[in-house]
Amino acid sequence: MAAISRDEVANLARLARITMSDAELDHLAGEMDVILGAVARVQEVAGSDVLPTSHPLAVNNVTREDLVLPSLTPTEALSGAPASDEGRFKVPQILGEE
Amino acid sequence: MSLNYDQAIATYEPTLGLEVHVELNTKSKMFCGCATEFGAQPNTQTCPVCLGLPGALPVVNKKAIESSILIGLALNCSIAPFSRFARKNYFYPDMPKNFQTSQYDEPICVNGFLDVEVETDDGMKTFRIEIERVHMEEDTGKSLHVGGSTGRIHGAEYSLLDYNRAGIPLVEIVTKIVPNTGKYAPQVARAYVAALRDILRGLKVSDVKMEQGSLRCDVNLSLSKTGSGKLGTRSETKNVNSLRSVERAVTGEVIRQANRLESGERIVQETRHFLEESGETRPGRSKEQAEDYRYFPEPDLVPVVPDAKWIEELKKSLPEKPADRRARLQTAWGVPDKEMAAMVNAELLDTVEETVLLGADPTKARSWWLGEISRVANDKGVLPTELISVKDVAQVIALITIGELTDKLARQVVEGVIAGEGNPTDVINKRGLKVVSDDSRLMKAIEDAIAAQPETAERVRGGNIPAAGALIGAVMKATGGQADAAKVRELLLKHLGQ
Amino acid sequence: MSTALSNKQISAVELANQHYEQIASVDKDVHAFLYLDKEGALAQAKEVDKKRAAGEKLSPLAGVPLALKDVMTQKGVPTTCGSKILEGWRPPYDSTVVSKLKNAGVIILGKTNMDEFAMGSSTENSAYGPTHNPWDLTRIPGGSGGGSSASLAAFEAPLAIGTDTGGSIRQPAAVTGTVGVKPTYGGVSRYGLVAFSSSLDQAGPCARSVLDTALLHQVIAGFDPKDSTSINQPVPDVVAAAKKLDIKGMKIGVVKQLAGEGYQKGVENKFNEAVAELVKLGAEIVEVSCPNFEYALAAYYLIAPSECSSNLARFDSMRFGLRVGDDGAKGAEEVMNLTRQAGFGREVKRRIILGTYALSSGYYDAYYGSAQKVRTLIKQDFDAAFTKCDVLVSPTAPTTAFKIGEKSNDPLAMYLNDIATIPVNMAGIGGMSLPCGLAEEDNLPVGFQIMSPAMKDERMYLVGGALEAALLSKWGKPILDFAPKLVGSK
Repeated sequence: MAAISRDEVANLARLARITMSDAELDHLAGEMDVILGAVARVQEVAGSDVLPTSHPLAVNNVTREDLVLPSLTPTEALSGAPASDEGRFKVPQILGEE
Repeated sequence: MSLNYDQAIATYEPTLGLEVHVELNTKSKMFCGCATEFGAQPNTQTCPVCLGLPGALPVVNKKAIESSILIGLALNCSIAPFSRFARKNYFYPDMPKNFQTSQYDEPICVNGFLDVEVETDDGMKTFRIEIERVHMEEDTGKSLHVGGSTGRIHGAEYSLLDYNRAGIPLVEIVTKIVPNTGKYAPQVARAYVAALRDILRGLKVSDVKMEQGSLRCDVNLSLSKTGSGKLGTRSETKNVNSLRSVERAVTGEVIRQANRLESGERIVQETRHFLEESGETRPGRSKEQAEDYRYFPEPDLVPVVPDAKWIEELKKSLPEKPADRRARLQTAWGVPDKEMAAMVNAELLDTVEETVLLGADPTKARSWWLGEISRVANDKGVLPTELISVKDVAQVIALITIGELTDKLARQVVEGVIAGEGNPTDVINKRGLKVVSDDSRLMKAIEDAIAAQPETAERVRGGNIPAAGALIGAVMKATGGQADAAKVRELLLKHLGQ
Repeated sequence: MSTALSNKQISAVELANQHYEQIASVDKDVHAFLYLDKEGALAQAKEVDKKRAAGEKLSPLAGVPLALKDVMTQKGVPTTCGSKILEGWRPPYDSTVVSKLKNAGVIILGKTNMDEFAMGSSTENSAYGPTHNPWDLTRIPGGSGGGSSASLAAFEAPLAIGTDTGGSIRQPAAVTGTVGVKPTYGGVSRYGLVAFSSSLDQAGPCARSVLDTALLHQVIAGFDPKDSTSINQPVPDVVAAAKKLDIKGMKIGVVKQLAGEGYQKGVENKFNEAVAELVKLGAEIVEVSCPNFEYALAAYYLIAPSECSSNLARFDSMRFGLRVGDDGAKGAEEVMNLTRQAGFGREVKRRIILGTYALSSGYYDAYYGSAQKVRTLIKQDFDAAFTKCDVLVSPTAPTTAFKIGEKSNDPLAMYLNDIATIPVNMAGIGGMSLPCGLAEEDNLPVGFQIMSPAMKDERMYLVGGALEAALLSKWGKPILDFAPKLVGSK
C-alpha cells in the first residue's frame, strides 16, 4: 500500500486539532505506515457480501419518554471550566465562522 | 457593467436548493432530560450528556422521533424502515462533543414533495418542490462574542458559551435541487419556506419562529447559462431569518453570481452570510481545505426501526393540510384568490377563521381585520391580534349585523377597545355610542329638522330627493351622529310623502 | 472478608484503614494508585458500620474496600484517565457503576493507574508513571488496567473495577495472578465510563478469586436507562455459578488459532495443564477453528482508534480539563491544538491520527468499513464454535509479564499482547481470566481465558470456579501466596 506522507499526517493532525512538530510528523508517518500495512489485512477477507457490524448487540429502538429531568446546577456545569464569566464558559476568540 | 435582476435572469437559469432546520418543541432535549425552555439563565439547562462531559451517553427522545415521522408524512415522504444515527465530526466550541450526533446515509424520511403556489404573470402557478430527506440531529450551544470592534465574530477578544440550547432536537429538511423556477426563484423559495412553516405549525411540532431561530433556512443557489444544460457551482447562504430575507437572498445571489459570470470570473463553492440591511451576501470563513466530516454510525445509539402500525396511526393523526384547509375556507367564504392570498400573507387566516367561528360574517371579519385593525396595528408596530381580541371583533360585527351599530359607530367602538377602555359593551356605554334606532326619538329629530328648514322640506315633497341630504345631516347632528343614517333617510322621505 | 464484616469481627472503618496502611507501605513501589479518597472512603465506611449496628440488611459486599480504575467518573473525586489533559478534573456526577457500588456500601479507597485513556497493554502509557507488577517490580502489571490488578496482587484492595476494550481487564489479571472478567457487552453500564472505543468498552469486576469476582459482578451489572447499549435483561446468577463447582459433561472448546507461534512455551504448558484439569473434572475437550481470528487484531486497530478519535475530540480545553496557550492573543482553534499537543501522550496521539485516517473520506470503505465486516466474520466464527461447545478457552496473553521498557518502542509488538483477548470484544461476548500457574521459564503468573456466549456470563463463572478449586487443591495454596513478599507488606 502507498506510503503515508508527512503532508497527509499533517492534514490529519489539523483535522484532529493537535499541533505537531515536523519531527513528530515524520516519526508518526513512519509508524503509521507500519501499522497501516499490518491492518490493511482486513481487506483480504472483507468481501462485498459481508455485512458490517457496528453493534455487538442486535437491539433496536432504545428510547426515553419526553420528560424533563433535573439538570446540573450552573455551578456544577461550570465546575471544570478553565475560565468562566457570568455563568458562561469563557473561551478564546473564535476566529472565522462555521 | 452591473446587471440587475431582470437582466441576470434573462441570461441565466437559477437552480435552487433549500435546507431548513426546525427546532422541535419537545419538553426535553434530544438525548437527555434537560429542559428546552427558551430564554433561561445560561447553563441552567445542562447535564453531563449535553455538555459532552467525559463518560456521558445519549438516549433518544421518543417524541422527537415521532415529530420527525409526522414531518416526513406531512411532506409525503417514505419513512425508512431502518434508520441510524451517525457522528458528524468537526471542532467548534459551541459543539460540546466536537461531533454532532446526526444522521448520514440512513435518514428517517426520504423522497417526499411539497407543492407551492406562486403568483406569476400567467396567474397562480404550482411548483412541486421535491424533498430529498428529513433527518434528526441536535442543536449547538450559543456563543456570545465579546470585544472586538462590532461584537461580531471577527475581531472578538473572547467568547462566552451557553449550552442551554445544545442538544435541543433539530429536524433538517433538505430539498432536491429545484430547477425550472425561472425568474420566480425568489418567490418559489419564499413560498416553500412559508408553506413548510404552515405545515409545521399545523403539526404542532415546533413554534417555528424564524426570529427566534426555531426555523432556520439555508439557501443554495447556482446559475447556468440558459439552455446550456449544465449546472453551475452553487453557493450556500446562511443567516436567512425571515421569509422576506429568503426572497431577498435568492434575488441577491442571482444578481451577484450573474455579474461574476458575466465578467468571466468563476463562482466559488462557499458558504455565505446574508446581510439584512443590504440584502447582499458576504463570504463566510474561507476554508483553504475542505472539512472532512468522517461520518460513521453512532456506536452509543441503536438503530431506529419504526413500527409499521405506529406509522399508520401517525398518518391517521395528521391534521388537515394547510393548502387543503385554505381551499376549503376559500370556497366556504367565497373569497377571491387575491384576497385569500392577502389574508395568508398577513398571517390573519387563523384569526379571521376564529372570528367567523364565533358567528361573524366572513366578509365583515376579513374587512375589519385586514382593514382598520391592521392599519392601526402597522402604525403602532404591533400585531393586529395584540390590539383587540377575536371575541371583541366578533361582538362588534354582531352588533353591526343586528343594526345596533353603524360602521361609523363601530369604528369608534373598536378604537375605544384598542385604547384600553374595556370590551365593546363597556365602550358603547362609556361613550354612549348606541345607534339611535328608537323611531319616536328619530321622528322628533326629523320633525325638528323639517321645522327648521321648511323650504328644503318643500323641495323634497316636490320630488327633489337629493335635497333631503341637508335635512338628514341636521338629524344626524341632532342625534350626535348616532342615528342610522339610512333609517333616517327612510323615515324622512316617508314622512315627506316620498 | 465479607463474612468477617457481617459477623462484626471487624468494622468497615478498620478494614479500610488496614488497607490504607498496606497502601502506604507498598504503593511507593507498586504505584497502583493515582488518588486516595481517604475522606470519602472513611465517611462511607462509618455509614456502613452505623447501618450494620442498627441491624439494617446490607449487601454482601457492604464495607468491603475496592480500587476503582481512574477511567470511571466519581463525583468530586479527581478522575484523570491516566492523562495530563484531565489532571485535577473532578466530575460533577457519578458513573452508574460508582452509584451501584455506593448503594451496596462498597468502600471506594481510591483511583487506580492505567494506560492513558485505556490505550495500552502495560500501563506504561500513563502520564503519571507506570505501575509495577507486585510479582517483580521491574515488570509491567499489564494494561490498560494495570493499577487495578496490581492493587489486588499487592493486597492493597480485595476488589477492583477495571475496563476492558481489547483485553484491559483480562491481560493484567493474567500477568498479576488475579481474576478479571469482561462481561457481555452491555452487561455493565457505560454511563460514566470515559469512552475509548464505544462499541468495545466494558467495565468489569476484578478480585483475587472467582467467587469474589462474581459477587462484585452481581453488584455492578444490570440494565441502565442512561446507557442505550445496556442489556435489558436480568443479571445472570453468576454467584451461584461460581459456587457450583460441577462441570461434568460440559464441552470446552480449545481455539486452534489462539496458540502456537508468538506464545511463550511456559504459557502454553500451563494452559495445557489446566485443560487437563478440566478433563479430570469431567469436561469434554473439543478442538475448534476460528479462522477469522487472524484478522481480529488488524480490525481492532482500525475500529478502536476510529471510535477514539471521535470520543476524544471533546478534550479541547473549552469546558473542562487542561488549557494551554490561552494568552489572549491566540484563537480558540490554536488553543485547542496546543492543549491537545501538551495533554495527550504519544500512544493516544498515534491512535487519534490512525483513527482520523481510517474514517477519512476515500479511506473509510477500505479501513473502517472493512474492519466492521471482519467483526461480522469473527462473530460468525464464535457462533459456529458455540454450537459445538459451551465455552471456549485459550491462554489469556501470549507471554508473562515483560520488563518495563521492553516493548514500549515497538507499537506493533505491544499490540500483539491482546491477540487472544481482542476477538472477545469484537464479538461482544464474555471473557474471564484466572490464574492457571507459573510459567517455568520465569516463575511468573499465567492467565487462563474462558469465553462464554453473549448473555451467558454464568458459564465463565461455572467453569472458572471449578478450575480454580481444582488448581487450589493441586497447589495447596492460592497462587498469590507464591509471589515474593513485597517490601513493607503487611
